[in-house]
Amino acid sequence: MAILINQETRVIVQGITGRDGSFHTQEMLKYNTKVVAGVTPGKGGSEIFGVPVFDTVREAKNATRANASIIFVPKAFAPDAIYEAIDAELELVVCITEGIPVHEMLKIVSYLKGKKTRLIGPNSAGIISPGKSKVGILPPVAFKEGKVGVVSRSGTLTYEISSHISQAGFGESTVVGIGGDPIVGTNFIDCLKMFEDDPETEAIVLIGEIGGNDEERASEYIKKYIKKPVLAFIAGQTAPPDKRMGHAGAIISGGKGTAQEKIKALNAAGVRVFFEPEEIGRLLCEIFK
Amino acid sequence: MKIHEYQAKEFFRKYNIPTPKEKLITNLDEVDLALSELNFPIVAKAQVLVGGRGKAGGVQFCQTPEELKEAVKRILSMTIKNLAVKKLLLAEAVKYEKEFYLGITIDRERRAPVLIASAAGGMDIEEIALRHPEQIVITELSPFLRLKSYKAREVGNVLFSDKELVNKFIEIAAKLTNIFFDYECNLVEINPLVLADRELVAVDAKIVFDDNGLYRHPELEALRDLDAEEKSELLAKQADLSYVKLTGHVGCIVNGAGLAMATMDLIKKYGAEPANFLDIGGSSSPQKMREAMRIILMDKNVRGILVNIFGGITRCDDVAQGLLWALKEEEIKVPIVARLTGTNELEARMLLENSPIVFARTMTEGVKKIVELTRS
Repeated sequence: MAILINQETRVIVQGITGRDGSFHTQEMLKYNTKVVAGVTPGKGGSEIFGVPVFDTVREAKNATRANASIIFVPKAFAPDAIYEAIDAELELVVCITEGIPVHEMLKIVSYLKGKKTRLIGPNSAGIISPGKSKVGILPPVAFKEGKVGVVSRSGTLTYEISSHISQAGFGESTVVGIGGDPIVGTNFIDCLKMFEDDPETEAIVLIGEIGGNDEERASEYIKKYIKKPVLAFIAGQTAPPDKRMGHAGAIISGGKGTAQEKIKALNAAGVRVFFEPEEIGRLLCEIFK
Repeated sequence: MKIHEYQAKEFFRKYNIPTPKEKLITNLDEVDLALSELNFPIVAKAQVLVGGRGKAGGVQFCQTPEELKEAVKRILSMTIKNLAVKKLLLAEAVKYEKEFYLGITIDRERRAPVLIASAAGGMDIEEIALRHPEQIVITELSPFLRLKSYKAREVGNVLFSDKELVNKFIEIAAKLTNIFFDYECNLVEINPLVLADRELVAVDAKIVFDDNGLYRHPELEALRDLDAEEKSELLAKQADLSYVKLTGHVGCIVNGAGLAMATMDLIKKYGAEPANFLDIGGSSSPQKMREAMRIILMDKNVRGILVNIFGGITRCDDVAQGLLWALKEEEIKVPIVARLTGTNELEARMLLENSPIVFARTMTEGVKKIVELTRS
C-alpha cells in the first residue's frame, strides 16, 4: 500500500536535462522508480539515461501513460511547469523547486481548486515509499521499508529523524516532504488523512517547524479523526521572532507561529512530542512493545 | 523585506492614497527647511524597522518649533530595540474624528490573500483581534481578480454609514490592493486610516515584501535599510547562505533549515546557547563551506563550532574540503566538532584524519561534545 506513490507510479521528470533534474533522474532510476519520460521544452525527441524526452507534459503523458511528475525547473519557470502538469491532468505533481514567489503560489492553489491534481511542495524534498518508489531527492540510506508514516515540512531533518526510525527497526511506509514554504499544495492534514486510511501505516510521525499554524490545525484534526498513534517533533524553539529561518515559511511574526504554541496544541491532542531526533526510536519501541 | 513608513508612504502617494503632508529629516539642521513647508501641530516619528516605537517614546506631538527641535534632538539620539534612530518623519498632525484599520495580507490558513478592515483602528491588528474580534471584517481576495468593487463595498458598508465615505473607502482599498499585488507584498497596511473633515487619510503606512518575489522587482533592492541588517547576514546572503546571527557562544553550520533549527534547539537543551542559524543549503561546494566558516568566525562571541551535516545532495567530502581550506587560511583558535553522515562520509573522514577536528557519530554526540568544549 503506502500512500501517494508505489511500484505502479509512472513518473515524468520536468526539467530532466538540467543539472539537478538529470542527477536525480539517475538516483530515482537506481531506486527502481518508474521514470517513464522527461520534459524539457525544445529538447523533445532526445533521450537521457534511456528515458525519452518530450517537449510538453501532455505529449509525454500520452506516449507513456504517466500519472505523476516531479519538477526540477528553475524558480522563474516552475509555476508554468506546475500549470502544465495540472492541465495535463496528472494525479500527482511533486515540486522540488525552491524560491517560488508566494504570489505565484496563491494563484496556483486557487487554480488547483476542482482539478484532478494533487500538488506536493514547492520547496519539497519529495516522497519516498521505501522499497517501492522514490519521487524526490531523499537519500535512500536513511530509509527502510516499514510501518511508520512520516510527514514533514523540512528536508534533512526528515532524513535525520527517519534514519533513527529505520535504525530502530521499524522503517517507514511513506515519507512525505510537504515543503518549507508558507503556501504549499498539500498540508499536514491531507497527509494525516491518507496515513490513517493506509493499512500499512501503524504510527505517524509529524515533523513541523515554527511559522504559520499548520501544526495547530493538524492537532485539532488528530484529536477528532486520527486513531493511530502520532508523534511529533517541532524545530525552532530557539528561533528569534521576525527572522526568516531559511525556509520562507519558517518565521514567527506578530507573536504567532512559535514552537511553544505548536507543542502545546499537539500535547492537547494527545500527541507525544519529542525533543531530540534519536528519541524517536525509544518512543516507537514503547508504542510497539 | 520590510521598509520604513516614509518609504511606504511614497508608494501610497504614487498610487494616490491620501497621506498627511510630510518631510523626512536626518538631522537637527534640516528642521528649519522642513518648517518652511509644514504647519503646526507636527508629529515627529522615528523611522525604525521594529514595532513599538510609540511605546518606546519614538513618536512625539509638537506645537512649537522649540518643542519640535527638542523632540528631534531626543529621538535622533534614541535606540529602539537595538536599532539607532537615524531618520525622522515630520508630519502635519491630522485632526481626526475616528480611526480605522485597513490591511491586505496572506492568510496561510485560507491559502489566499485577505483584506482586513476594522472600525477599531489605532492599535495593532493582533490587539484588535484580541479585544474587539467582532469589529474585524475579513474578505478573501482572488489572486486573479484582485479586489472586485462589490467586495470592497460590502466591507465599506460595515465601516461607514455615509455613502460618500463608502465610495472613498472603495477607492483606497482598490489602490492598496494594487500595491499589494503589483509588488508582491506579504503585507500592506494603513493603521490608522483616519476620518478627518470628510476625507480618509493614511496616517501610518506599512509594507512588507515577499523575499522570494524580490528578484522580479530589482528596483526594490534600493529601499533596503542596510543599517538595520547585520553586516554578517548581508555577507552570507551574497555567498548564497542562509544565516541569522544570535547571541550565544556555539557557532553551528548545518545543511537544511529544519535540521539547522533542530541543532540550535539541541544546543540549548544541553545547556549552551547557539551563536547563529546557518544553513549551507542543498547542493554543496567546498567554497560554500569556506564562506560559512568565514562568517561564523567574524562573530567574536563564538567559542566553538559544530558542523552538522546529513549528506543527501550535500557531499560530506565537499564539506571536509571546505573545512580544511578554512583551517589552512585562518588561524582558528576555537574547537571544531564535525558530525558528517551520508553521501561520501568515509572520504570526508579520511580527509580530516590528521586535522584538529573532533569527530562525532551522531547529532546528539556532536552537540554534547561542543557544549563541553565551549563551557567557560
